[in-house]
Amino acid sequence: MVGYLLRRLFYALISIAAVSVLVFVITRVIGDPVKLMLPLEATEEQRNQMRETLGFNDPLLVQFARFSADAVRGDFGNSLWQRVPALPLVLDRLPATFLLAFAAMALAVVFAVPLGVLAALRPRSWLDHFCSLGSLVGMCVASNWLGLMLILIFAVNLGWFFTSGYGTWKHLVLPAVTLAAAPLGRITQIVRSSVLDELGRNYVTAARARGLAESTVIMGHALKNAAIPIVTLSGWELSRLLAGFTVIVEVVFGWPGVGLLAMDAIRRQDLPLLQADVFVVGVLVVALNLLIDMTYGWFDPRIRYT
Amino acid sequence: MATTLRNLKLAEAVSEPAEKVAERKYPWLHNLRELAADLVSDRVALVGAIGFVLVVLLAAAAPVIADQYTKQNLRLRLSPPMLTVEGEFNYHFILGTDQLGRPILDRIIHGSRVSLLVGLGVVAVTGLFGTVLGLLAGYFGGTVDTIIMRWVDIQTAFPGLLVALTLLIMLGPSLQNMMIALMINGWMIFARIVRGVTLSLREEVFVKAARVIGAGDLRIIFIHLLPNLVSPILTIAVMELARIILAEAALSFLGMGIQPPEASWGLMLSDGRDYMAKAWWLVTFPGLAIGLSVLFIQMVAGWLRSVTDPQQRFKKASKEA
Repeated sequence: MVGYLLRRLFYALISIAAVSVLVFVITRVIGDPVKLMLPLEATEEQRNQMRETLGFNDPLLVQFARFSADAVRGDFGNSLWQRVPALPLVLDRLPATFLLAFAAMALAVVFAVPLGVLAALRPRSWLDHFCSLGSLVGMCVASNWLGLMLILIFAVNLGWFFTSGYGTWKHLVLPAVTLAAAPLGRITQIVRSSVLDELGRNYVTAARARGLAESTVIMGHALKNAAIPIVTLSGWELSRLLAGFTVIVEVVFGWPGVGLLAMDAIRRQDLPLLQADVFVVGVLVVALNLLIDMTYGWFDPRIRYT
Repeated sequence: MATTLRNLKLAEAVSEPAEKVAERKYPWLHNLRELAADLVSDRVALVGAIGFVLVVLLAAAAPVIADQYTKQNLRLRLSPPMLTVEGEFNYHFILGTDQLGRPILDRIIHGSRVSLLVGLGVVAVTGLFGTVLGLLAGYFGGTVDTIIMRWVDIQTAFPGLLVALTLLIMLGPSLQNMMIALMINGWMIFARIVRGVTLSLREEVFVKAARVIGAGDLRIIFIHLLPNLVSPILTIAVMELARIILAEAALSFLGMGIQPPEASWGLMLSDGRDYMAKAWWLVTFPGLAIGLSVLFIQMVAGWLRSVTDPQQRFKKASKEA
């Protein structure tokens, strides 16, 4: 168990290192950071001077050593836009992103599990067809469009919620619903198929034969055994949300999370801030994947970590 | 007379029809033919396939039927959907116009070209790259397998969209660079699935037989293994196509894709956002175009998954029985 943990941790660290190498390669080797940071009318002399002061004229390996040494200490340099260290700026935005992502996942799971179970209990009923159709639509709709439509209907025309902003639960509803649409569809599908699988097994027949209430058979036995794929998929969906989908929704709703910060950094050509942002999100996604792997054994003690 | 008839029948029996011969020589052709027959019998998939073909045809015909997509007409700016312009029927304006008076319909049809180009182009490259790596990992096993799969794992853990955005801001936003960014992010699923199938195929008798008669590794991989991988690869490719079209819409929405005055569905969404409150058609129709195209593709993908996955196929058969 400890060996397995250490090995997973080691791979997680490699993943994080790979993200930083990639960010370094993209920003220093493929692109020219000075071109991005200085205004267009800057002379070649000024550009060279900036390269010299920021150390971009040193050999790449030296630059990389400096970059990774700084990154390990959490130092990505000062944000060019706000003139303060970049990392705290990103960390400040984390709670908003967490709130949005967890609210969306909670919404998705709370609706997906009952819907999926009901669909599995009555396969080919109208509810089952409704669920498959609904989840297909949820998976196909573009989240930026869904967000705009929800704003148009519920904020502009009905005035129930706000078009954008952050603070109260009324701000949270529309972005969370937008973000939840796709995971809701996929989780409903997996709940349906894994509960359907479990219901056909012998232990369910045995439980029914022992005279257990149908609700106990389903909730206590079938659903519990169907939990592994459901939990895995939910965790994976959460990491997908954090790795990208929150960016779109945050931009649509002006939600002040790490995704909106990344877009602001891009708009203001603030490279250190963007690097810090990508690094933080990368660490988050890797840590989440590690956590998902750890939960397998808790749900299914048969899985041994070797 | 009777003898000639018998001779004819004999000749028929001896010489197989050409298509049978082709099927015997190319097993994947037989697979595809079976797939096509199955497609026609599945109504949902058929609707999806027909819808997708329609989207492709519209995209191909765009220069002819949607020639006014960049033509500005400020007198008609933000006009709601209408059938007639100045008393005459004009189909260009049935979905209304945007803030510069350009017809939404024409811009949507041109946008489909971008979506299809990006989707098909990216999936072709990621599919090829991922398949080759998956084949190598699955066939050779050992260190090759460990290295390739570790690489897949590491890259799967990347925050894909943010890395793509970083790359695009350094290279400069354009259609070509967006495709590169999407390619870098999309090949891992092909490698993973192809490796899995290859691992099980490697132990099959026909692979051993090929090795016994002296076939080299490359010959076994590409002549013997690859044809058996056609249907799983096709299934993932179709699902990836849907995903990439959504990703294209997201990246152009953020201004990182094709640049104005060209049209793309994501770009139309971000352009229409500012005028949304008084002109709902600006964002509604491009979004419907994205949703419908992805829906068509998903309908085909769902069916492909059910035919190519033996477990699901068994379930389907037992349900029908």
